[in-house]
Amino acid sequence: MEQVIMNQLSYPILSTLIFLPVFGALLLLFARRSWELLTKWVALTISIATFLLSIPLFTNFDKSTYKMQFVERFSWIPDWNINYYIGVDGISILFVLLSTLVAILCVLISWNAIKTKVKEFYIAILLTTAAMIGVFCSLDFFLFYIFWEAMLIPMFLIIGVWGGPNRIYATIKFFLYTLIGSVMMLVGIIVLYLYAGKTLDILELTTKTYPYNMQLWLFWAFFAAFAVKVPMFPVHTWLPDAHTEAPTAGSVILAAVLIKMGAYGFLRFSLPLFPDASRAMTPAMLALSVIAIIYGAVICLGQTDLKRLIAYSSVSHMGFVTLGIFALNSQGLEGGILQMLNHGVVTGALFLSVGIVYDRTHSRQIADYGGLATHMPIYAAFFMVFTLSAIGLPATNGFIGEFLIILGGFTANKWAGVLAATGVIIGAGYMLWLYQRVFFMDINKKVIGLPDMDIRETITLIPLLILVFWIGVYPNSFLSFMHASVQHLIERVNMPGGMQEVNIAKTLMEVVR
Amino acid sequence: MEYYLLIPFLPLAAFILNILLGKEVFREKAHWVSILAVVGSFIIAVATLFDVISGKTLNEDLYTWIVSGTFKASVGFLIDPLTAVMLIVVTTCSSLIQIYSIGYMHGDKGYYRFFAYMSLFTFCMLMLAMSNNFLQLYFGWEGVGLCSYFLIGYYFHKKSASDAGKKAFIVNRFGDFGFGLGVIIVFLTFGTLHYLPVFNNMTGIVGKTVHLLGFDVSLVTLIALLLFCGAVGKSAQIPLHVWLPDAMEGPTPVSALIHAATMVTAGVFLVARCSPIFNLSEVALIVVALTGAITALFAATIALVQKDIKRIIAYSTISQLGYMFLGCGVGAYAAGIFHLYTHAFFKALLFLCAGSVMHAMGGELNIQKMGGLKKYMPVTYLTFVLGSLSISGIPGFAGFFSKDEILWLAYSSPNPVGKFVWLLGTIAAFLTAFYSFRLIFLTFHGKFRGTHEQEHHLHESPKVMTIPLILLSIGAIAAGWVGIPHLLGGGAHFAEFLKSVLGHPEAHGTHNEEWMVMGISVIVGLSGIGLAAYMYLARTDIPVRLAKNFSSIYRTLFNKYYVDELYSFTIVRPTLWTAKNILIGFTDAKIIEGIVNGVPRLIGKFSGMLRKVQTGLVHHYATIIAAGAFFIIALAILLR
Repeated sequence: MEQVIMNQLSYPILSTLIFLPVFGALLLLFARRSWELLTKWVALTISIATFLLSIPLFTNFDKSTYKMQFVERFSWIPDWNINYYIGVDGISILFVLLSTLVAILCVLISWNAIKTKVKEFYIAILLTTAAMIGVFCSLDFFLFYIFWEAMLIPMFLIIGVWGGPNRIYATIKFFLYTLIGSVMMLVGIIVLYLYAGKTLDILELTTKTYPYNMQLWLFWAFFAAFAVKVPMFPVHTWLPDAHTEAPTAGSVILAAVLIKMGAYGFLRFSLPLFPDASRAMTPAMLALSVIAIIYGAVICLGQTDLKRLIAYSSVSHMGFVTLGIFALNSQGLEGGILQMLNHGVVTGALFLSVGIVYDRTHSRQIADYGGLATHMPIYAAFFMVFTLSAIGLPATNGFIGEFLIILGGFTANKWAGVLAATGVIIGAGYMLWLYQRVFFMDINKKVIGLPDMDIRETITLIPLLILVFWIGVYPNSFLSFMHASVQHLIERVNMPGGMQEVNIAKTLMEVVR
Repeated sequence: MEYYLLIPFLPLAAFILNILLGKEVFREKAHWVSILAVVGSFIIAVATLFDVISGKTLNEDLYTWIVSGTFKASVGFLIDPLTAVMLIVVTTCSSLIQIYSIGYMHGDKGYYRFFAYMSLFTFCMLMLAMSNNFLQLYFGWEGVGLCSYFLIGYYFHKKSASDAGKKAFIVNRFGDFGFGLGVIIVFLTFGTLHYLPVFNNMTGIVGKTVHLLGFDVSLVTLIALLLFCGAVGKSAQIPLHVWLPDAMEGPTPVSALIHAATMVTAGVFLVARCSPIFNLSEVALIVVALTGAITALFAATIALVQKDIKRIIAYSTISQLGYMFLGCGVGAYAAGIFHLYTHAFFKALLFLCAGSVMHAMGGELNIQKMGGLKKYMPVTYLTFVLGSLSISGIPGFAGFFSKDEILWLAYSSPNPVGKFVWLLGTIAAFLTAFYSFRLIFLTFHGKFRGTHEQEHHLHESPKVMTIPLILLSIGAIAAGWVGIPHLLGGGAHFAEFLKSVLGHPEAHGTHNEEWMVMGISVIVGLSGIGLAAYMYLARTDIPVRLAKNFSSIYRTLFNKYYVDELYSFTIVRPTLWTAKNILIGFTDAKIIEGIVNGVPRLIGKFSGMLRKVQTGLVHHYATIIAAGAFFIIALAILLR
């Protein structure tokens, strides 16, 4: 029973996506420090090339099957049965594309903002990109763990070297928080490896059955890693610090991709590996999600710092994502996955936008702004669109995600759906209040004479603006990728005792039909 | 009927053109784009109306919007008599008000922006009215709310304006919270969000209950009331009415179009559209009727003492919307929609007249500082009076026919609260006539009470503003003639036209009773005007004395029953306080961060103590090695 479709393109597309940025980083390593402009152009070219090379994924993907596609597999450490094994399915493919897009935007937004250690900065960005893509493609646990941890190192440096005044505290906190969670997962991986007969093949592991008690322990071990990354309440406090202190590009990577890895972990590992435990823990997960939604939203009302506010709004929005995932029905899961993408687009865009004014004023305090719409009308319009998406207005992407999640959540547990919906009210409150304080009312003396966005900044935001409306008006371009994989996942989760051969055949029949 | 698609999409195209090119290319000609589009929509809407009158209807999907598992939502259009009426109301008012805006907004910095938003609003409102399913309705619903937010906060540099926009949006979100849940329950019950299959299968769920907070609630009632939550927010009914008076911060044409003629009536449209649901739940109907009647009276009492010309009309709008719900609540949906339609004309007219007055007065809003304006602005005065006669329910005018129909059908309704809501409605009708003419007498009669400079500037508005006033005043008189009741020898064509969608209410009453109800309406209307004339023309000392002698009542009314203050103390402030002092100051900072920073600190302290052992002195190490060796050997011997 072959579960995968080998790479059908003429070149190893996924490996190219992972190693092209690494190659770019190596290239920059040999550049002279003084060649700053060249460094930037090399980084930009590499990131654009990576993005362009990732587009065949979008166009050649077979949406009718849940199987892994574009698969590459080589033996790596045969003694331990470790393979270089990569591929994408309907759940991971969109995040590969998001990662390659975000990389370009990060290079563009840092163009003038990063003035020290320019070369090292772009090397870090490129390495982060490679690790992000690697995380979403890995089909071998060992490989996955390497990418998962490899992502931390350049991120640690990005915050610690190019961050704000309190960057050292923030970066150590970020590193330790996520490392502690990850180590728990590592223990879990080793247990699985030994139990399942020395295999690290994720697809193979997800078809086996594990005793309920073991599932329960491992569920929480993996939970530790993923919950910190998401971040779920109450392990969210690294996020505001990290976001606030990180340079704009760092915040964008954190918001758009890094915290998606937690939710992705739930989808790729927790649910299919531990279906019984996942079902049993659903009430706890739904409760934590609802708390995150409301807690994160209310806390935004008391923020005085732009980046901190958006960071806490991430806690609330990611609460929607985990709610959707643990609703364990197709609307919830698809809404959750779409909302991960949406959150990447919108929160990424909001951090980029904050970066744009921060470069001009060097202040993150909301009180230092006011009346900005008069001086920066184009910027105000862009920010408005992203605000509307963040509060889930129909015809923007945020609505599609939130609606499907609330629908799915309501189906799973009506009070979870009802309480989650209150988050939408509070969301409108803090975002519109933020917008009012920054853009409306009397012009703050500190913003007089600020120039509007330039071409580079506008180009950075335009792709995200297009995505906001594309997903909002025609979400099926994206939802259609997920249907088969999500259906497969649901069947796996709802099948006590794991997948039997017969059931696999049945699933296949349904997928084909 | 394929051309119907142009009705919403022409304004959308105008919006896109204006928002992208308006600032640089069209500039002070931006209105052309928007007005040509909306007039185009109007012409097609009229053609569509004739198609519908000839018996054609249409219900088709344009494309599939969202698919996920069994969930499917489309963008699609339903054109039936109810839609046709809404199309006419929206495109007529939008056209006339945008033409008026050429004069009113002349020379404004954000001229193109204003027309862009007006076009976007028209698009959303048309999508709302033409939808064939609940989710697209929700799209239009939120879309008009957004445009309302933009346009209320149009003068965004003013704190009060940006506050008001934000308030409107957030208060509406409270209503939409219920509305959204209602849509979700509709889907979970019927597996579809298209109107027709839902309405056709509605009878199948009668008697089903859901367990809610320890009570068994009828599913139909639950769905109806959740949908009604949305209507309460959008149509500014108690207890979510607080945003509409503040919405008057927007430019006056906005108040006329969005906050009088079209958007705020979306709630009434929703209830009428969902009449197959409401009809099956007596509880829901009673709630709708009582909410409407109480709001009608409540808002009218506030309007009695306000001084701001636009706020008086805003409270009047809330009150009139209450009538429409009152009508729907007693099953007289067609009467509710009839009032929606006549109200659109006379209320848009009143607002535009108020705008004309403000234009002359240099933006002054306080009617205490006006007076004697009729000789300076005769056209505005005359049209204002015509609009006020219409709203006061004077026979022959549009408002008379629609209001009388609602009151009669309430009186004769089998609904247990029918007579009660009729009584409230009749009292409110008296107050309506009174405050409408108080406004006229204070503004246009007597002596001018403003500054000399203002008096010097007084002038009639330009033609581009007065012509829409005249056209609307024709509507305020004649719009009702399509629904003259059988009793007066008319054909009640309006209700007949809508009968296929909205059904026909039961009326239990004799002709004599119908004459009586009509007579009472006319009498209270006339006496309201009469009392206003007596108090504000003849004995101008009475209002002052009343305010002094009944100062607590006066202050309560003037302060709008302190509802805003109540919400501030019970919702807004506690939430902000919790955010700052509990969540940020305590949970996050003390508990979670306490653990996060506390554990490493503890480890640090412990390792700090251990570190002291490493002194770097050889004899210390020798002692420790000796002690250790002794300990291990002792242990080995003991455990052997």
